[in-house]
Amino acid sequence: MNVPLPVFVMVPLMAAFVLPLFGVKGKSAATALANAVTIALLVLAVLAAVHLADVRTADNPNPREVYEVGRHAIPLGINMVLDGLSCLLLLTISVVAAAAMTFSIRYMEQYTAKSKYLSLFLLMVAGMNGVVLSGDIFNLFVFLEIASIASYALVGFGCEHEELEACFKYMVLGTIASAFILFGIGLVYGNTGSLNMAYIARSIRSSGVNPGLAFALALFVAGFGLKAALVPFHAWLPDAHPSAPAPISAMLSGVLIKSLGVYALARVVFNVFGVWPAIAWVLIALGVASMVIGVFLAVGQWDFKRLLAYHSISQMGYVVLGIGLGALILARGGSTAWASLAILAGLFHLVNHAVFKSLLFLASGSVEMATGTRQLKKMGGLALKMPLTRTTATIASAAIAGVPPFNGFWSKLVLVIAAAQAHFYGLAAVTVLVSLVTLISFLKVQRYVFLGELPDHLKQTRDNGGSMFAASAFLAALCVLMGLLLLIPALRANVLDPAVAALTAGIDYAALAKDI
Amino acid sequence: MLYAMCFALFMLGLYCAVVKKNMVKIVLGIVIMEYAVNLFLILLGFRTDAVAPIVDRQFLETGADGMTVTGAFLRQAVDPLPQALVLTSIVISLGTLALMISVCIRIYGKYGTFDITEIRRLKG
Repeated sequence: MNVPLPVFVMVPLMAAFVLPLFGVKGKSAATALANAVTIALLVLAVLAAVHLADVRTADNPNPREVYEVGRHAIPLGINMVLDGLSCLLLLTISVVAAAAMTFSIRYMEQYTAKSKYLSLFLLMVAGMNGVVLSGDIFNLFVFLEIASIASYALVGFGCEHEELEACFKYMVLGTIASAFILFGIGLVYGNTGSLNMAYIARSIRSSGVNPGLAFALALFVAGFGLKAALVPFHAWLPDAHPSAPAPISAMLSGVLIKSLGVYALARVVFNVFGVWPAIAWVLIALGVASMVIGVFLAVGQWDFKRLLAYHSISQMGYVVLGIGLGALILARGGSTAWASLAILAGLFHLVNHAVFKSLLFLASGSVEMATGTRQLKKMGGLALKMPLTRTTATIASAAIAGVPPFNGFWSKLVLVIAAAQAHFYGLAAVTVLVSLVTLISFLKVQRYVFLGELPDHLKQTRDNGGSMFAASAFLAALCVLMGLLLLIPALRANVLDPAVAALTAGIDYAALAKDI
Repeated sequence: MLYAMCFALFMLGLYCAVVKKNMVKIVLGIVIMEYAVNLFLILLGFRTDAVAPIVDRQFLETGADGMTVTGAFLRQAVDPLPQALVLTSIVISLGTLALMISVCIRIYGKYGTFDITEIRRLKG
């Protein structure tokens, strides 16, 4: 079925404005409506993916669906584009949003103003869906701001000392990033005379990159890098992600930094400006720095959620490294097959990280709700008291550390193979080393949270069942099964390959702007 | 020249946002940055001695493919698109500014200070 693309933005946006009207009394109705919206979005995303898989043929490995808003043709009007990469991100956002929303049913009962929370949540989902579908660079900026502003408010949702402090820090850095991006958009418009990404790609292909455009690209890397929290732009993330309520931490770490940061960066670098070696090296450097520095900062943490937040930085490094490696191979004119393999590793790790990291944040929320603390040293022996949470958390920890047969193992394996094939043996070794340090750090989590002696004050702890377990179990099942996305050729050809093809096609994205 | 001054304004705002210790001054720095970007966008569409981009009857001509605007109009009019962008961007920065100021007020209520060096409960 052909799903009209604006639905992905309109449905959550409209629901977000209806929800605050429910007030305190209609809280359960508001929760039901918000859950219905996220589940409907998941169904629609699957339908869109199925449709895209139907369109895809051997001659056309990179299908694109275009929706022209107001029927103005490219480059006159605003347009939305669904290609393999957008579709992959759309699916990821919908899966994590549905799980986090289900988790919120019970978890958010500890906060007041639940309907406002639900409204901000859906606003954020609308913004992210808009970012991944937009084919227009200014529109991308507007949706990015919608998602960012909603996330600023959600980080400070508890209104306590730490939360407000983290919110302010996040907001200042986020706004500076937005100003960079807008400045870059202005430069691009001044140099190419268009805001449509396909048309910009076309002008850049015919006229080449001048200093103004190169400066714009630098601004984009800094701006989107700040949004993606890549080292050295990571300072806000370890404060902001732990301060948010657990389902929001799951959304922020799981999908927000990916759709606003990595997706936008990859789209601009690959499809609008085209790859060349310098920018590929920048991506690789950012990726390796994030990977190594993030993981070593994570090992020393004693706050459960802060530890997870540092691991987000480290795992994003894997994603950017994979994409950068692909860019380098493409820019050097190497074999497209190996470039595809590196990009496949990056994108597959992006999806996997969304699933296991949001599951870990949900588990940390469940532990925090049951014990009232996030300090690892104050916990212990919860394995008997919280068997359900323990099971899901263990699956997610194994996945993030790259233990077979969970999903994290497969993406890391492909990345190591791709790095070795490109003769970057050092990078392959670093990847494996970082994975080992990750394993150590999650063994520490297991040891201090679930094993060891049960302190006296936690004797009364009860596990969280119901909706919180349902959400975790859903994500845990995905952690186990997602290896199949890579191993079963039919699934890989329909889900991952179009996304990779969307990036390796590179500047051919310009083909969207056919005639003017 | 104008562009260089616009860029200087942007850097001034960035400096202010990064270096200042007072939260309100940081917010002001960000606002200056946003104004510099808005000014830059407006400058992109600017033309000396231009007309407003509103198509009047005198600017229409009948050509091979129906009614079109004249070339003289296209050469004279300012570019309307940056103006639309600036409107959008002003609205967005207004939203961000309102949220930032309200968070500043809440932080002042909790900590009793605007000095970010004293607001340091998060570390690690």
